[in-house]
Amino acid sequence: MDLLLNAVVLGVLLGCFYAAVSLGLSVSFGLLDVPHVAHPAFLILASYGVFFLNDSYDIDPLLGGLLITPLLFLLGLAAYRLYYETFEKRGSDAGVRGIAFLFGIAFIIEVLIILQFGVDQRSVSASYIGKAWRIGEMRIPVRLLVAFAVASALTILLALYLSRTFMGRAIRAVAQDQEALRLMGANPVRIKQWAFGIATAVLGIAGALLIIVAPVDPTLDRAYIGRTFCVVVMAGLGSMTGTLIAAIILGVAESIVLSTVGASWAPAISFAMLLGVLAIRPQGLLGRRS
Amino acid sequence: MSRNSVVFWIGAALFLAAVVLMTQVIGNQYPFFAGYVILQFIVLAVAWSILGGYAGYVNFGTSAFFGVGVYTAVFLVKAIGAPLAVQIAAAATVGALLGFAVGLLTLRMQGIFFSIATIAVTIVIETSVTNWRFVGGAAGIQIQRPPVMPPFDNYVQMLFFVQALLVVLAVATARYIQISWIGRGLQALKDDELAAECTGVPTLRLKVLACVISGALMCAAGAPAAMYLQYADPSSAFNLNYSVTVLAMSLIGGTAHWMGPVVGAILLGVTQQLLAVTISSEVNVLVLGIMLVLFVVAAPEGLLGLIGRLVRYRAGGKA
Amino acid sequence: MTARGISEQPLLRIDAVTKRFGGFVALDNVSVDIRPGERFGLIGPNGSGKTTLINCISGALRAEVGTVVFAGEDITRLPAHMRTRRGIARSFQIPRPFKSMTVAENLMVAIDFASVADGFVSAAQRRDGVMSILMRTGLASKADVSATRLSQVELRKMELARAMATRPKLLISDEAMAGLSSSEVDEVLDLLMKLAGEDITIIMIEHIMQAVMRFSQRVMCLDAGRIIAIGGPAEVMANQRVQEAYLGT
Repeated sequence: MDLLLNAVVLGVLLGCFYAAVSLGLSVSFGLLDVPHVAHPAFLILASYGVFFLNDSYDIDPLLGGLLITPLLFLLGLAAYRLYYETFEKRGSDAGVRGIAFLFGIAFIIEVLIILQFGVDQRSVSASYIGKAWRIGEMRIPVRLLVAFAVASALTILLALYLSRTFMGRAIRAVAQDQEALRLMGANPVRIKQWAFGIATAVLGIAGALLIIVAPVDPTLDRAYIGRTFCVVVMAGLGSMTGTLIAAIILGVAESIVLSTVGASWAPAISFAMLLGVLAIRPQGLLGRRS
Repeated sequence: MSRNSVVFWIGAALFLAAVVLMTQVIGNQYPFFAGYVILQFIVLAVAWSILGGYAGYVNFGTSAFFGVGVYTAVFLVKAIGAPLAVQIAAAATVGALLGFAVGLLTLRMQGIFFSIATIAVTIVIETSVTNWRFVGGAAGIQIQRPPVMPPFDNYVQMLFFVQALLVVLAVATARYIQISWIGRGLQALKDDELAAECTGVPTLRLKVLACVISGALMCAAGAPAAMYLQYADPSSAFNLNYSVTVLAMSLIGGTAHWMGPVVGAILLGVTQQLLAVTISSEVNVLVLGIMLVLFVVAAPEGLLGLIGRLVRYRAGGKA
Repeated sequence: MTARGISEQPLLRIDAVTKRFGGFVALDNVSVDIRPGERFGLIGPNGSGKTTLINCISGALRAEVGTVVFAGEDITRLPAHMRTRRGIARSFQIPRPFKSMTVAENLMVAIDFASVADGFVSAAQRRDGVMSILMRTGLASKADVSATRLSQVELRKMELARAMATRPKLLISDEAMAGLSSSEVDEVLDLLMKLAGEDITIIMIEHIMQAVMRFSQRVMCLDAGRIIAIGGPAEVMANQRVQEAYLGT
């Protein structure tokens, strides 16, 4: 029983972390319909940026994540522009080639990281990494608590941004009705580009959390394709609170499997759940997008 | 048989004759080692195109089918010491069943959702195999080759020939589908599934058929790999690289014609073999990524489309 | 054609069909019989359920409640392609050509899959079949043109031609005249009249009232998923509720 409770608590913490790494995809895929399979590769890239700052200049990983955020924002703007010019602008059958293109990008990023940093796992050092918190029988790693706190804050901030600010509302509007927005005199492409920039920018902090929680290697993005898409699809495409809830469900499921069946089955959890969600309720478990 | 078909079968016979001749004349083993991989990728790319090219359903699960082929062979060797032909036939059967299951997915999912679902299928199967002790689990398994059968004096040469047979089988199948009513139906449903259905095309049945054929061929292509490497482990057998490589080959060649994936597989396959020898396998993946991106952006119809446009342009039709 | 003698039997019987989307009732207990050879007009304001009704007939959607009977056979649960093979063809409100194909190839799909039983054995016979339909629909000169290069009115005609190539007993034309100029409307209307003269039953959905009035022997008006009037064209137009439904939106 204690074991189960432990697993659930850890799962919730892990889930919040999964929410943080999925938020960007929730915007780019959920709201903008870009089949962004390179999202996890961007995430790993951010983690390596954080690693570089930490390793070379001894900068705290979270601070490092903040520092690279503007760069990621610009990268996002450029990436969307390229994607738009080559696919969306040409119209209908972007599907196949759009995904292939993004997969190509993911592979290029993967190899560039390998060429620069090698294939070994990398981790960061900070005062809160390695310590643990004891509550009765339970032992909670402080790094997970940090990830939990920062991830929750990030999710809330992004949700507020999307619901309270003018630009945030415009982003939600562009997902629903581009034509209406155009009639109001706004440029949907400009707004989508901005949104994609935001979606990429949040990867700065998310990448920092990733490397705080566990060591990172260049091909880790492949495991996160399953986790992030699972969360976003389960959340019902584009809902931030949905993303948080879905991520917690995934976190708890993984954590329970980890502590009962064993670690070797863990990689399949997210993908199996994703498959289930796609087969039973393609519009997502929580809410639906019209 | 039409004139085209006669030409095609003569070509296929010449190809096989050349392969047999190679095995008798060339003593150096390297060409067979490298050639086997290229032939294997031709089968995979052609098989992929039956679903991905003709029907427009982008299957990222090539590695699932390939890996299942490998492990069907591994299981049969370990359990009953089955000969190569049985391994391949069994792999094709299992592949057809898996293809059927994936085909049913198309009932509920289209576009990116189907593609992601196929990745999911891959990881779920890979994880299951990783946890399957009998075939070695995560650590992998060594496999002993049986003695080679005449007229071949080396096992790799025999595998090379077998893979060449599979190439002919795959290409003939893809070609038949392309020129028959099945191809027209797949093309129609690729263009517009609802319109196709309302024009009498049994879309679900055709999609499942395409998945079954494509899956059987992919698994068959994977089966000899266990004997080729004399070793199998889940993370290489189910490596996502297979999926992306095969996708890249098809898109680089062009997916509208069976020749596209053949050309793409030869081009990319040869490049990769050369790079792997001369530089490193990392650069290999980098080249894969760059070629994929370049072709998708600059030559959306692939090499064949590019050549076609050039020919039409020369001929004066401003198409 | 067989079964000519039993003219009492409707070609299409829609019996108490209800279709819901979530909580929204798109069709509410709709029943109507269409007689063989009839020219039937279907009108109603936007969102009244016209397209939902023909989707339930053609198989793009399935009615959960009620039955659809075609030529004496219950087809409520049949997938669309089976219905097409039994003789129900349709065009789409927004044309849906097979974009990677030529006009002739578009029709060839129909010949290959829907009129298999009609003995188009050789390639030459199939081609002849396609050409004769293109001739009748005035598209013969466009046979080898890519479907993406057609004008709006040609696209509409091609949709009808493709539907014809399935050898239908019942043809459903879903706003085939929307967005056309008045002379083009006449062209399409003439075409539909000609097809009706070839023993094909036609259901026409249309917003252009003049066209509906000229074409239809009977008109049915839907509003909010219910039949509010059915009868001769003049009678339906004069109906108080029909006028309210149209003016009200």
